[in-house]
Amino acid sequence: MSNPQQLRYSKEHEWLSATEDGVATIGITEFAANALGDVVYADLPSVGDTVTAGETCGELESTKSVSDLYSPVSGEVVEANQDVVDDPSLVNSAPFEGGWLFKVRVAQEPGDLLSADEYTAFAGS
Amino acid sequence: MSNTSRHTALDALHRELGATMTDFAGWDMPLRYASERDEHNAVRTRAGLFDLSHMGEITVSGPAAVDLLNHALVGNIGSVGVGRARYTMICQADGGILDDLIVYRLGESEYMVVANAGNAQVVLDALTERAAGFDAQVRDDRDAYALIAVQGPESPGILKAVTDADLDGLKYYAGLPGTVAGVPALIARTGYTGEDGFELFVAPEHAEGLWRALTEAGAPAGLIPCGLSCRDTLRLEAGMPLYGHELTTALTPFDAGLGRVVKFEKTSHADDFVGVEALRAAAERAEAAPPRKLVGLVAEGRRVPRAGMSVVADGQVIGEVTSGAPSPTLGKPIAMAYVDAAHAAPGTAGVGVDIRGTHEPYEVVALPFYKRQK
Repeated sequence: MSNPQQLRYSKEHEWLSATEDGVATIGITEFAANALGDVVYADLPSVGDTVTAGETCGELESTKSVSDLYSPVSGEVVEANQDVVDDPSLVNSAPFEGGWLFKVRVAQEPGDLLSADEYTAFAGS
Repeated sequence: MSNTSRHTALDALHRELGATMTDFAGWDMPLRYASERDEHNAVRTRAGLFDLSHMGEITVSGPAAVDLLNHALVGNIGSVGVGRARYTMICQADGGILDDLIVYRLGESEYMVVANAGNAQVVLDALTERAAGFDAQVRDDRDAYALIAVQGPESPGILKAVTDADLDGLKYYAGLPGTVAGVPALIARTGYTGEDGFELFVAPEHAEGLWRALTEAGAPAGLIPCGLSCRDTLRLEAGMPLYGHELTTALTPFDAGLGRVVKFEKTSHADDFVGVEALRAAAERAEAAPPRKLVGLVAEGRRVPRAGMSVVADGQVIGEVTSGAPSPTLGKPIAMAYVDAAHAAPGTAGVGVDIRGTHEPYEVVALPFYKRQK
């Protein structure tokens, strides 16, 4: 699997798009989606929620387990992907595209986000 | 992952197929090949192929084999005809369940006991110990067999393409020796999916060839390889208990709602099978005042119940989830749970599951959740 070059990544296996007008899109990587198995339920943060980098902001439930969802940056949630709430399998079928999870007006980002190559090495994928 | 994991004869093939592997009872087993939901649906509608080589085979033979089994197990093995199989259990002296088993009668005085992977050594040890004084031999045959299952409505047609064995004459819960894809096999019409299907016991060196032959024969019918993840959701929908979840040493068969497997009338050793006294008492308790009952729960929402979560009503804990998963067939999360008898009737209102602090509403239903059309 390949991790898109234009994205940045956290060690919790989220990806973060480039910030446009202060807003970045967040999802989980294909590596994480594969590890979870079929995602059947997504509890995403709500619009207006404040999320903190590295802290839990929701959960993804798969056939076999439930996993906490983290935000790779701090800020205010401006959109949650209703398509994923309605059809959680998008996280598996299009993790870097239609399966994005939420958008954040970025207030602060940690300094340890990874490039695509660094993440690929980290995840061994 | 443990370096001491055991590998089945099909291990290299699973890796070639890109399986996600998982540790299961000390074995490195395929969890899924691609999507567990697709694998589940394939077994319900077409066919699926499973490697179950981690299961534990124990051969019991000799003039007193049947007497030994009647003494060691809770069922009446004397009524099992040659070529038939029986679902049964092995209990402790206190009635607690050591394992649930399938016993195949292979010949006049030869039986194969199939134990769960995690309990195979316990069952082997118990049978060996209980064999004292019987003219019978207990043999560890765990390394003698690989086990491949083909399950699903298309499985008879697929198997017929690679065997001359009389499958039409093979009833559910029966087994016969035959040749499949050119190799000797014990062909059993058993499984753990709620579907028609077959389990094929073969020598490990024949496993890969058999797997490839079945894959080829089954491709036109839509057969795909399936992992343990979908096996769990299939058995859960079919209301089948899993050792360590619905069955434990803390429960007797009567506590698990499976008192019917205990036979106090046997062809031999009816009065001295291991656990008989405790099981008589458990039977009376279950009749007079059942403590908790095993029920089905169907979610009204989408959050998934998991083993160990509390079942609640009116803010009180009334039971515990033993297995839970999203059901691909029902399209909703389902669970098996032991609940207080007062809340066990199908349709009981106000029952929920405590999912990480939130009481999610659930409907109490009778098991199984799914029954195939015959």
